[in-house]
Amino acid sequence: MNLVTVIVTLVQVILFAALAPLLVGVMRQVRARLEGRAGAGVWQPWRDLRKLLGKEPVRARGSSWMLRAGPLVLVLSSLVLAALLPLVTTVAERLVTGDLFVVVSVLLIGAVALALVGLDAGTAFGGMGSSRHMTVLALVEPTLLLAIYALSIPTGSSDIATIVEARLEDPSIIVSPVGLLAMAALVIAVVAETGRLPVDNPSTHLELTMIHEAMLLESSARDLAWLEFGSWLKLGALLGLVGNLLVPWGVATSTDALPVLVGAAAAGVKVLVLGALLAAGEVLLAKLRLFRVPELLAGSFVLAFLAVAVSAMVS
Amino acid sequence: MTPVYWGLLAEIVLAGAAAAFAFLPGERARSRLAGGTCAALGAAGVVTGVLAMTGGAGGLEIAVAVPVEPLRFAPDPLGGLFIVLASSVGLLISLAGAVSVHGAAASRTAWLALPLFLVGMQLVPAAADAPSFLLVWEAMALGSTILLLAGHTASRRVSSATVWYAVMSQLSFLLIVAGFAVLSAAAGGTSFAALSSVSPTSAPAAVAVVLLVLGFGSKAGLVPLHVWLPRAHPEAPSHVSAAMSAAMVKMGVYGILVVVVRLVPGGPDWWGILLLVLGGVSAVYGILQASIASDLKVLLAYSTTENVGLIVLAIGASVLLSAHGVDAAAGCALVAALLLAVSHAVFKVTLFLAAGSVLHATGERNLDRLGGLGRRMPWTAAAFGIAALGAAALPISSGFVAEWMLLQSLVHGTRVDGVPVSVTVSIAMPLVVAVVALTAGLGVLTFVKAYGIGFLARPRSAAVAEAHESPVLVRVVLVIAAAGVVLLGLVPGPLATAVASVLPGGPEAVVATAGLLGVDLVAFDAILDPVALVLLAGVLATLVVAATVQAAWRHPQRIDASVWGGGGLRAQPRMQYTATSFAEPVVRVFDDVLQPARDVEVTHAGESRYLVNRVTFSQSVTDLVERGLYRPVLRVVDRFGVLARRIQNGSIHLYLTYSFIAIIVVLVVATL
Repeated sequence: MNLVTVIVTLVQVILFAALAPLLVGVMRQVRARLEGRAGAGVWQPWRDLRKLLGKEPVRARGSSWMLRAGPLVLVLSSLVLAALLPLVTTVAERLVTGDLFVVVSVLLIGAVALALVGLDAGTAFGGMGSSRHMTVLALVEPTLLLAIYALSIPTGSSDIATIVEARLEDPSIIVSPVGLLAMAALVIAVVAETGRLPVDNPSTHLELTMIHEAMLLESSARDLAWLEFGSWLKLGALLGLVGNLLVPWGVATSTDALPVLVGAAAAGVKVLVLGALLAAGEVLLAKLRLFRVPELLAGSFVLAFLAVAVSAMVS
Repeated sequence: MTPVYWGLLAEIVLAGAAAAFAFLPGERARSRLAGGTCAALGAAGVVTGVLAMTGGAGGLEIAVAVPVEPLRFAPDPLGGLFIVLASSVGLLISLAGAVSVHGAAASRTAWLALPLFLVGMQLVPAAADAPSFLLVWEAMALGSTILLLAGHTASRRVSSATVWYAVMSQLSFLLIVAGFAVLSAAAGGTSFAALSSVSPTSAPAAVAVVLLVLGFGSKAGLVPLHVWLPRAHPEAPSHVSAAMSAAMVKMGVYGILVVVVRLVPGGPDWWGILLLVLGGVSAVYGILQASIASDLKVLLAYSTTENVGLIVLAIGASVLLSAHGVDAAAGCALVAALLLAVSHAVFKVTLFLAAGSVLHATGERNLDRLGGLGRRMPWTAAAFGIAALGAAALPISSGFVAEWMLLQSLVHGTRVDGVPVSVTVSIAMPLVVAVVALTAGLGVLTFVKAYGIGFLARPRSAAVAEAHESPVLVRVVLVIAAAGVVLLGLVPGPLATAVASVLPGGPEAVVATAGLLGVDLVAFDAILDPVALVLLAGVLATLVVAATVQAAWRHPQRIDASVWGGGGLRAQPRMQYTATSFAEPVVRVFDDVLQPARDVEVTHAGESRYLVNRVTFSQSVTDLVERGLYRPVLRVVDRFGVLARRIQNGSIHLYLTYSFIAIIVVLVVATL
């Protein structure tokens, strides 16, 4: 741990914090254009955040400190996520080792905070959202951990930086059948984890179909700003992870200035391109019925299981 | 006359003193004195256990009148760990019990049974031969049965729960006696040292292991022998259910560990598979039942089954891996099993004591009628919340460290130097990881439900709105226990090293302290450093908190809004989501396993088919294992009982005839 690694980690966190609202702006704009609308412009999420932070929060009678603390915990978990993942650089001596199981548990902390915010005010909608959210999360967990297992096999380590480095050195891991199966499972898990189509519709206005949005109904002003920002940052960081696993080129392997700059630029481009692709894909998809979601997740679980079982048997 | 000798002697003397105080008149004096002495008994146990863990030799021999060998108590380091575990739980629950019990739970009988139960539990891991082990095992079972029966006049369910518990614990005892008998016959001695001479590949070892695993598994609450748990835990007084769940079921785990680590180590791989299947099924089934339970203590009871399942699964993984020569991962899995046991003891004692406070304050265990307790019972809510983090295996809690270590040992179990070891392991490990992951996911859901429905939101019944905080000493105990959950999660390095040092291999090859008191799994080069993680989060938090404080300075909040009701003023507390509705998606997804019975009754207003007056919904989930496995057996037993009644119809003439026939038979047999 030295000053340079601290600076590099900060660069990565600030880059992704700045990028997350832009990413959502790009995704909404792509979606709007494909649907034949003009769209609000790619900077609209930034303007929304500024507006929300400058407003007076209105909180329901009977709500507790959870309504205030929950959003902060969610943002914090996303920030820690952005610091732990090898998004810009993969240098080994980072502040905290980015073990994938730790990453998943940090994700879970944010999800739990969000679910508790949903339950706090004591409404039917909030409880509904948080119940569905936790159910989806519980069912994603096996897929997610098995995908991690499959990814860790070629390197014998669950440290995410080591995994990305191994893929950089030997790209054949990425296109091997095992690698593709694991990535497919991981992508489905990420889509479920971040509440995108077909699991959840982020732009729905009907309470009965909501998952993520239903938990936010009682939040306003800065509470809402943090909840939105935390979720966007989570999406950005996870897309960055998928990007670096699929296309590891460009990521910095040292802490020198030039590679880090290149790494930052590459990470930004990867995240925005992946986001645009995801948005384009979402235009073609309808939301699944809630009770069809387990089938989707079971399918991705099978992919992950095949990936592990096959890779464990062939050396 | 070693320190361990004095420690064990002190335990027995203190238990006797506590039993003597139980005869005092006056509920208050009795509870304070007997409870205080029980706490001292726990403290003595902690000291003895630590001495034994650090290699303190010696022990206690009690000569008995009958011409057999004396009873011998000489704990080894592994036993020492479990003595510490049982004693610290005993210490905490005695303190809480001394100030919080009333009525039947504070009777002379109950206070007489508690020291018997506690001392039995503390001596089980100290026993050095099979007869001593069985004797204190029965003391533990007897003490807990009497304690469970404390409230039998208040509710009929208590006596039914006690019958279930007594039958299951005697069944477990019989299996254990049979298991030890088989081993002793093969070894030619009853001391543990003699028993360990049996070859693990011999037939007697196989028979004994199956018998012992089933016997200990019943005490530990493994599926399908778990049926007593969700009955006994809710009906026992809360401090007793805390001790039963946090410490007593661990004695079952200790038993299994003694068998596979101390008596017959190095068993064939099917032992591992047996344990993996028992543990995996228990973990998933337990957490599934917990996730849909609405009764807070039933939820905690099923979560005990889940956690014990995970521990046994870790032991199983260790046996399987070491049978296939993956020694590093096997050692790591065994340390993970011990960490899971320690961590479960700490958070479960907190959860049960907090649930006891809630029950005491509101008279309500049903989550569907709780709510908003965080405001009225802040200390209890905070302790429950922290312990729930541990139960959900989230950082920074002891539960997370243990589960992380288990997962690490599993993902590194399939290969040695990059070469797969065997097809069995290659198939088993991913399945086990999936089981652990599903358990973890449902665990998070369960404890979000327990905390979110119980302590957040608005009160769902009048009694809950009037709730009051528990006595000061109970709050202190809750805070200590909850601090333990966080502390053990913050310093996994020293903890794991201490825990690993009680195993035959020692800690060197498995774990080491790295970074800021973090843990390093030496063989896999995997490091977990919670303090660094907290520091990182702290640095990042300053930015967010600063922005929030600045915004709050300029725009203070307004707390007067009513909640969103879809456009209308629908803000009745009974319109909130309840625990039952929270778990509804899980019930639907796992419909085939849970098989819930639902009943919806719609009453129409007048003649109209379209105007609904009221809707009544009820749902009940019966334990599938109980319905499928136990009910048929009970029916057969019942039928035999009815048949037996025919030859015992109460007529004195018939009984005289029986006596006459019996005498004739005896005479005939004697003359032959």
